[in-house]
Amino acid sequence: MSERIRQKLQILADAAKYDVSCSSSGSNRKNNNKGLGDASNSGICHSYTEDGRCVSLLKILLTNHCIFDCAFCVSRKSNDVQRAAFTVDEVVELTMGFYRRNYIEGLFLSSGIFKNADYTMERLVRIAKKLRLENNFNGYIHLKTIPGASEELLTEAGLYADRMSINLEMPTAAGLKLLAPDKSHDDVKKPLGFIKDSIIALKDEKKIIKSVPKFVPAGQSTQMVIGATPETDMEIMYSANEYYKNYDLKRVYYSGYIPISYDDRMPMIGSQPPLLRENRLYQTDWLMRFYGFDVHELLNVKNPHLDIDIDPKLSWALRNMEQFPIDINTAEYQMILRVPGIGVGSAKKIVMARKFGRLRSDQLQKIGIAYNRAKHFIRCADSIFQINEPDALHVKGLILSESKSKYLKIPQNQLALF
Amino acid sequence: MDIYVFDGTMEGLLTAIFEFYERKPKTIQLVSQQHFQPVLLDEVYEVTSDENKAQRVWQGLKKKIGAEWLLRFYKAYLSEDAATFQQLFQFSCYIFDSPTGAEKNFGHPAVLAVTQMEKSVNRERHRMTAFIRFEETIDGIFYAPIEPDFNVLPLISNFFKNRYADQRWIIYDLKRHFGLYYDLNKVEEIVLEETPNIKTPADLLYGKEELYGLLWKDYFKSTNITARKNMKLHISHVPKRYWKYLTEKREIE
Repeated sequence: MSERIRQKLQILADAAKYDVSCSSSGSNRKNNNKGLGDASNSGICHSYTEDGRCVSLLKILLTNHCIFDCAFCVSRKSNDVQRAAFTVDEVVELTMGFYRRNYIEGLFLSSGIFKNADYTMERLVRIAKKLRLENNFNGYIHLKTIPGASEELLTEAGLYADRMSINLEMPTAAGLKLLAPDKSHDDVKKPLGFIKDSIIALKDEKKIIKSVPKFVPAGQSTQMVIGATPETDMEIMYSANEYYKNYDLKRVYYSGYIPISYDDRMPMIGSQPPLLRENRLYQTDWLMRFYGFDVHELLNVKNPHLDIDIDPKLSWALRNMEQFPIDINTAEYQMILRVPGIGVGSAKKIVMARKFGRLRSDQLQKIGIAYNRAKHFIRCADSIFQINEPDALHVKGLILSESKSKYLKIPQNQLALF
Repeated sequence: MDIYVFDGTMEGLLTAIFEFYERKPKTIQLVSQQHFQPVLLDEVYEVTSDENKAQRVWQGLKKKIGAEWLLRFYKAYLSEDAATFQQLFQFSCYIFDSPTGAEKNFGHPAVLAVTQMEKSVNRERHRMTAFIRFEETIDGIFYAPIEPDFNVLPLISNFFKNRYADQRWIIYDLKRHFGLYYDLNKVEEIVLEETPNIKTPADLLYGKEELYGLLWKDYFKSTNITARKNMKLHISHVPKRYWKYLTEKREIE
């Protein structure tokens, strides 16, 4: 018995690992039934794998049997891998047992499509329902929305899940068509829109009637695979921006493609996953969501690709030198946020602290800004008067010569010559 | 300079601040009994903890900085760090001697020092909520031994009480020789006669515990993507000193 369950867990965790979402944040579910679990609003990473990714949820597939044959997916029908399927009780018992030992924040349940969408979705819902209603489980549940599942099933899923997600898979509709002819972005948009509307409707209702149940309290997210198809960074981020805006998504995840197939439409097995590119896309995503940048400022027809050697914030600043230097003691908060080397926390501290007197460079350093980077873009109380306008290329050279980025030492995903 | 020696408790620290304002020396150094090393030239004053005096300082601070900042003050105190005690003293003086709102002056060294230490203590608290691993004992109690850098047990009590409301649990601080016990109704502080080892003997554990440990290790291995291996990042997220708690990082004996 124990050997069988170990084997299943190994197969179905391995098959689920390419879904990069690990977030357990954003839910407000409370333990008010004296049951097990209490959501942590900020989420908790209980461990990190050797690839440095967070382990927060028990992330598994219900089964890796699948009727589809998507080229980028390890569970595609034509792939010769071991197949397995959990029973409903097995998933429930694993989740409860892991949660009780403080291994996890909850369950992330996805599945290959067996028979059809409704059949698969119904199984996922049954597990979430059993955890909530029979086991009094208040931990985090992230359910995959199966495209094509009925609205009744999606509504029921939303009552038990904290977060739901559907993957766009490829950043553009054309890219998806190329690798997964059975799928389309429209299949994703429909359920995303339906759940978004249901969340809004129930929220409005809750204002009037207190007892309205929670419905996907941590919202929806999606994922795109990067580097399997030839989109530019601009296309990727414009697509992300559109989904953030139209579907009110909490997160878009960018997953550097890891070659898992000999399909000649995609990078070959053994080529490096585009980790740096992925990192730059996340930085851009953060600038859009927390730093008040519009995606068109960071990426546009003139600059369709993010710089490899410097981060997108520095890159933007160097393209817009006429806006700098700014005076730390008088500039607006929004502008301080745009200085390379100053984060949200430091920007807030600066704005509060400067009311007590003009800030000097030593104070800024103690507050925790990356001064060696920021100094080229700011003036403070003890700045020396400069006659020459700083020159972008010169500043870039100075910053790069001091930087110790780990990426400069790792070989990048270059095209093979032979 | 006068050296004020207090007993290391929060009450003692607050009493010392009270005494400073009553006795009005020019400047003092605040040292806990534990860190105190007798010196020749300075005058030493032994602070006797006094609940009333401590309360007056606490309430005085509360009036000036509010509940949120009081909690920060308390968290910084839990660092048990010698330099932080002195910073807390200087922070209090700065607050009492300035108009309200002074705690927002992040340009002031004491304000910044208290804020930064509070951040460190918070991080350790957060790590304990993440890295604690319970093992079920034969008595059906979920037990976890810890050795945190700072005294964070008081900060995680409610977190675990709310989360594990339907199971009895014990979290024991092996370094500070006390723990928390939740009996399905309330959390109590307990002191064991003999401080246990970090590794709990197998014969005290529930039969299925070994299987759960194995399943978790299996999961941890299977969910890793070898092509993305990045040990530097891994270790910066899970510093080696925490590996002793982690079922998934412990060596197989």
